[in-house]
Amino acid sequence: MKLDSKIPEGPLAEKWSKHKFNLKLVNPANKRKYEIIVVGTGLAGASAAASLAELGYNVKAFCFQDSPRRAHSIAAQGGINAAKNYRNDGDSVYRLFYDTVKGGDYRAREGNVYRLAEVSVDIIDQCVAQGVPFAREYGGLLDNRSFGGAQVSRTFYARGQTGQQLLLGAYSALNRQIANGKVKMYNRTEMLDVVVSDGKARGIITRDLITGKIEAHSGHAVLLCTGGYGNVFFLSTNAKGSNVTAAWRAHKKGALFGNPCFTQIHPTCIPVSGDHQSKLTLMSESLRNDGRVWVPKVARPGLKAVDAAKIPEAERDYFLERKYPSFGNLVPRDVASRNAKYACDEGKGVGSGLAVFLDFADAIKRDGKKVIEAKYGNLFDMYQQITGDNPYEVPMMIFPAVHYTMGGLWVDYNLQTTVPGLYALGEANFSDHGANRLGASALMQGLADGYFVIPYTIGDYLANLGWSDKIGTDHPAFREALEGVNSRLNKLLSIKGKKTVDEFHRELGLTMWDYCGMSRTEEGLKKAKKKIQELRAEFWTNVNVLGSNNELNQELEKAGRVADFMELGELMVDDALNRSESCGGHFREESQTPDGEALRKDDEFAYVAAWEYKGDNQPEVLHKEELVFENVKLTQRSYK
Amino acid sequence: MKITLKVWRQKSKEAKGEFKTYQLDHVSQDMSFLEMFDVLNNDLVKKGEDPVAFDHDCREGICGMCSMYINGRPHGPLQTTTCQLHMRSFKDGQTITVEPWRAKAFPIIKDLVVDRSSFDRIQQAGGYISVNTGGVPDANEIAIPKKDADAAFDAAACIQCGACVAACKNSSAMLFVSAKISQYALLPQGQPERKTRAENMVAQMDAEGFGACSNTLACEAECPKGISVTNIARMNREYYVSKLSSDNV
Repeated sequence: MKLDSKIPEGPLAEKWSKHKFNLKLVNPANKRKYEIIVVGTGLAGASAAASLAELGYNVKAFCFQDSPRRAHSIAAQGGINAAKNYRNDGDSVYRLFYDTVKGGDYRAREGNVYRLAEVSVDIIDQCVAQGVPFAREYGGLLDNRSFGGAQVSRTFYARGQTGQQLLLGAYSALNRQIANGKVKMYNRTEMLDVVVSDGKARGIITRDLITGKIEAHSGHAVLLCTGGYGNVFFLSTNAKGSNVTAAWRAHKKGALFGNPCFTQIHPTCIPVSGDHQSKLTLMSESLRNDGRVWVPKVARPGLKAVDAAKIPEAERDYFLERKYPSFGNLVPRDVASRNAKYACDEGKGVGSGLAVFLDFADAIKRDGKKVIEAKYGNLFDMYQQITGDNPYEVPMMIFPAVHYTMGGLWVDYNLQTTVPGLYALGEANFSDHGANRLGASALMQGLADGYFVIPYTIGDYLANLGWSDKIGTDHPAFREALEGVNSRLNKLLSIKGKKTVDEFHRELGLTMWDYCGMSRTEEGLKKAKKKIQELRAEFWTNVNVLGSNNELNQELEKAGRVADFMELGELMVDDALNRSESCGGHFREESQTPDGEALRKDDEFAYVAAWEYKGDNQPEVLHKEELVFENVKLTQRSYK
Repeated sequence: MKITLKVWRQKSKEAKGEFKTYQLDHVSQDMSFLEMFDVLNNDLVKKGEDPVAFDHDCREGICGMCSMYINGRPHGPLQTTTCQLHMRSFKDGQTITVEPWRAKAFPIIKDLVVDRSSFDRIQQAGGYISVNTGGVPDANEIAIPKKDADAAFDAAACIQCGACVAACKNSSAMLFVSAKISQYALLPQGQPERKTRAENMVAQMDAEGFGACSNTLACEAECPKGISVTNIARMNREYYVSKLSSDNV
């Protein structure tokens, strides 16, 4: 298989305009003859479904939550980047493009990233027109802030809930189209397979989560806007329901999976408090602007936050400030996370041993409690609510947690996977963030894909396809997929073993975290592969899923998702094994500079690793899409 | 901690429900309320009993999916979401009663899971500004006084959980609907459709079977996002003004 990224020829700044002109259009009168299936209603899905319906296409949209507004985009806190240059501080489309390619450690496509930066400005306009209440200044115009170490203030925000406000904007546009009858919405419905016939995506198989009814839906194209797969680690900042099933089913039907090992681990999360822990909570990394990260110089097992003040200054190791004097506590996410891990590996972790202090004592002394409260009040409250500790009086404890996955379904410039008619948008695709995502760029990409990319690119596919090229749900391809889904569900229900789904999921998560988390070694990854294979074999003989298929059965839902996570986990390990360089969020112990920093190997690994499924228990086949850098010069990151 | 749980169990919408009592002997005070239910469910599956169905997703207080009525209060003793409630808010040996949201417009699906699609339909009736993607003015061409933008945000902070309905003796949804109407009424972008929006959303709210407001302010007291009842006053004004000049009379 030859991967064609379909990046248009010509100068960077003209690629998208030229491409848009060259795309075929669907006659306005014919648009109503097409049916498009959109799976997932987060930023990417809701914006795509609404925009396509506005154009005149018939859309069927699906979400597993009880309302589209609950998709996990809702939880994003910080903000959304856009190259508006409202602050006159030197921002531009090119600068946002450059920062994103560099931030992704040169593992993303220039053409895609430039387009993302280009349409970023339109996103803000669109959201404001919808009534999204962004933060404003006294003059009535939009406020911006600098985010995640960016040198310019390009981040638009809505207090600490930018994700919710942007999603409510897209959700309102979606609601308008539901009311217009152009979108048919299926809540509490989960996609369990994609139907491919004649080499093209033709529809999906779903399960109604209330009645258990398995249904077939046919369409001219299928859009997967189903988010990332951070929950493969069991503990992550993702919502409990976030899962890889839609993307994984698509992968097994022929869509290549790009860079699965690229995971982002966020440094400022609330640590695990016990075996009961079900998810992790992220706190905005803006906390590192004023908080100082430290551990005791000599290990003090079980040190509590209330006793931190007893450790004299001379016995504290402010390890980020020590190792990175010029960036200090503001080093990028991966560097901060990795160093916290090292401190804990040395036994210097505080609390449970898997935590470091984030201390505001100096900032409060310097600026006063009031100033700190104005900046971080809501975060301090949240911390106190969850942990019971008061961060105005004692240091916070933090530990890194899985937050975002840069990998995903491989897509070309049109957001089409390797299966014609099957598209992936937002976090579900691999395309724009390379090996590491910048803060405030996830929301940007989700909305860029949904509002401003797919409405153009899908037209080209549909115009070439023709509206009559569609198969009914009575076609053998649908029947076969239906049977597959039913037999898998029945299998899960018939095992009646001894272990719960969550027990398997936790074990998988621990293995992934220990061996395919913040830093990875060949030896560890090989061990992980074996462990996952054993766990998977055990799952299919010893999982206990009670109840039936014909009812609301949350254990059955979880079981299907965990089964897919196990297969994905193995692929992530394979990908991490193959990529014996350190880059972005992927740190290989074997690939370090003499002073212990990440060493990228551009000669060997400046490519997208796209994996092809070859059948159950068959090794996946690696395809390489070489990355071409015509505009940006590759440099090694340094924060010393 | 030892906790006794009395949980509402109901197999389906049509089935007759009942309270069941469960004893939990190893509850940590650091557990969230939902994590305690995870532990309960894990134990139940081990014993071969049907686990308790409950809604939840983000577990960080923003998606609005979790919805337990705990000891007679939506989301329990604190003004927060169920997922952000921790066991340190309860005493060792305490008995905790957990019910689903109770309202005609929120029919029970199973155990603690209710159907809140009525909220979606109310918003489909007019909770949007009719703009298509593309072709909109530059964001900074619309100047909005900070005071108005902040007030619109305060209303927009609603997470659509339905605690206001569960708290109200009339099962009124007016806090929710008024927050949505207010957000748009306060913004210049919302002006062209201001009247029809108020009219249509209120009509849909009534059609769904939600009750009327009798000013007990229970909704505001229980709202995890601190949505103010002044929104209800605003909605009433919006509604009367729109009715007085309605095209639909």
